Amino acid sequence: MAMSKSRRFSLYYFSSPQSFYPLAGALQPWFAALAVLLCAVGLYIGFFVAPTDATQGEVYRIIFIHVAASWMSMFLYLVMGFWSGVGLVLNTRLSSMVATALAPTGALFTFLALWTGSFWGKPTWGTWWAWDARMTSELILLFLYIGFMALQSAIDDQRRADKAGAVLALVGTINIPIIYFSVKWWSTLHQGASVSLTSAPTMAKTMLLGMLIMALGFWMYSIAATLARVRCVILERERHTDWVEAEIGRQTT
Amino acid sequence: MIRALAWVLRRDLLLAFRRRGDVVNALVFFVIVVSLFPLGVGPEPNQLRGMAPGVLWVAALLACMLSLARLFAPDHQDGTLEQMLLAGEPLVVLVMGKVISHWLVSGLPLVLIAPLLGLQFDLPGNALAVLGVSLLLGTPVLSLIGAVGAALTLGVRGSGVLVALLVLPLFVPVLIFGAGAVGATVAGTGAEAHFLLLGGFLALSVVLAPWACAAALRIAME
Amino acid sequence: MNWGSWQNFVAMGGYGFYVWGAYVVTLIALVAEIVGLIMRRRGVIERLAKYYAARRRNNESEA
Repeated sequence: MAMSKSRRFSLYYFSSPQSFYPLAGALQPWFAALAVLLCAVGLYIGFFVAPTDATQGEVYRIIFIHVAASWMSMFLYLVMGFWSGVGLVLNTRLSSMVATALAPTGALFTFLALWTGSFWGKPTWGTWWAWDARMTSELILLFLYIGFMALQSAIDDQRRADKAGAVLALVGTINIPIIYFSVKWWSTLHQGASVSLTSAPTMAKTMLLGMLIMALGFWMYSIAATLARVRCVILERERHTDWVEAEIGRQTT
Repeated sequence: MIRALAWVLRRDLLLAFRRRGDVVNALVFFVIVVSLFPLGVGPEPNQLRGMAPGVLWVAALLACMLSLARLFAPDHQDGTLEQMLLAGEPLVVLVMGKVISHWLVSGLPLVLIAPLLGLQFDLPGNALAVLGVSLLLGTPVLSLIGAVGAALTLGVRGSGVLVALLVLPLFVPVLIFGAGAVGATVAGTGAEAHFLLLGGFLALSVVLAPWACAAALRIAME
Repeated sequence: MNWGSWQNFVAMGGYGFYVWGAYVVTLIALVAEIVGLIMRRRGVIERLAKYYAARRRNNESEA
C-alpha cells in the first residue's frame, strides 16, 4: 500500500466528542465577538438610524429584538430537531449532545419573543396578551421546548434520553407547521380582520436592516452559547474517558 | 398480520372488559369535568352555548390523556410488551391494534356521551350531531398521538404529568378544528372545512404515528 | 434619528416603559444565560475534579 504524505482531512473527524471539544472552545469566542458586534450595530441602527414610525411612534422599536428572538426560537427548534434526528439515525453521541445543548437557548428566545411581544402588544393593542397567531404559536413552541427538556431530564439512561428526545423533537418539527396553520386559522376567525400583532405597517429599509442584523447577532449568540453548553455536556457525559480526566487536570492546576 | 392485529385487539378489549372500572372511571371523569364548568362560570345559557364546544373538547382531551397511562404501562410491567417486541409480527401492526382498542375503550364512549352532555349546555340539535362527528374524527387522532407520548415516557418516573406536557401541545390543532366545527355549526357557517381538516389529521396520524410509536417503544425497551 | 436629548431617548415618545421593559429584560435574560453557563462549567470542573480525586484515592487504597 502506497504511503501518502498528506492525510485526507475529513469533517467527520470532528464528530467525536473528544475532537469537537477543543474546536468548540476555539470557535466560541469568535462567535461571541460576532454576536456583540452585530448586536451593537443592529441596536445602533434600531435606535439611531431607523426613523420614528408613522402609526406606532417609538414603541415599534421593540421589533428589533422581538422579531429576532422569534426567528431564533423557530430556527433553533429546527436545528435541534435536525441534530437529534441525526443522532437517532446515525447513532452519533455528539449530535444528540448538541441537540440537548440547543434546547435551553431556544426556550429562552421563545420566552423573550413572548415577553417582548407582550410589551409591544400592551401599548398597541391595549392588552398584555393578545391571542394572535404568532404569540399563540410561540406559546405552544415554548411548551414543545419544555417538553423536550423535561423528557430528557426525566430519563436516567443517557442514550435512551437522547433517542426519546429525538423522536419527540421530530414529531414536534412535523407538527409545527400544522400547529401554526391551525392557530393562524383560529386567530383570523376569532379576530375578524386580522391585524398581526407583529406587523409594522410600513417597513422602512433601515427598519428591515436593523431587524436582520439583530437576528444575525442573536444567531451568533445562540451558536456561542450552544458551543459553551455543549462543552459542559461533553465533559459531563464523557467523564469516564482519559482525555476528560486530563482536561480536568489541566483546568484545576 | 391481520391475525396479529385481531389478537392484540381481542386481548386488549378482553383485559379492558375485565377491568371495567378503569374505563368507567375515565368516562365519569369526563362527565364531572364538563359539569364543573357551568358551576364555575354560571348557568347563563348564551355563555354556556358559546363555551360548550371548547369545554367539551378540552374535557375529551384530558380524559383521553388520563387513559394513556393504561395503554402500555400494564403490558410493560408484566413483560407482555417485551414479548410483543420480540415477536415476528411487525411492531407497527401490534401498536395499531393497541391504539384501536384504546380508542374503542376510551375514545368511542366519549363520542357517544358528549352529545348528551352538550344538552347541558343548550347546544342545538345539529351542533350535537357535529360534536359527535368531530369527536369521532378527532379522538382517534388523540389516541394515535397519545400513544407516541405514552411510549416515550414508558417506565419514566412522573410519567403521568410528563405525558400531558408532551402531548397536549400536539393536540392543539385537533382541538382547534374539533371545537371550531361545533362553533361554526352554532354560528351558522358550515363545518365542512373543519371535517376535511380533521380527516386530514386522522389520515396523517394513521400513517405516521404508529411508526413513531413503534420507534419510541423500541427506544424505551432496549 | 436625532433624539435631541437623553431625556427624549429614555422617554421613547412616551413609550419608555414598554420599550425599555422589553430591552432590559432581554439583556438580563441573555446575561443570566451567560452567567449560568460560566457557573455550570465551573461546577462541572469542580465536581469532576473531586470525582477523579476520590477515584484515585479509592484505587490507591485498594492497590
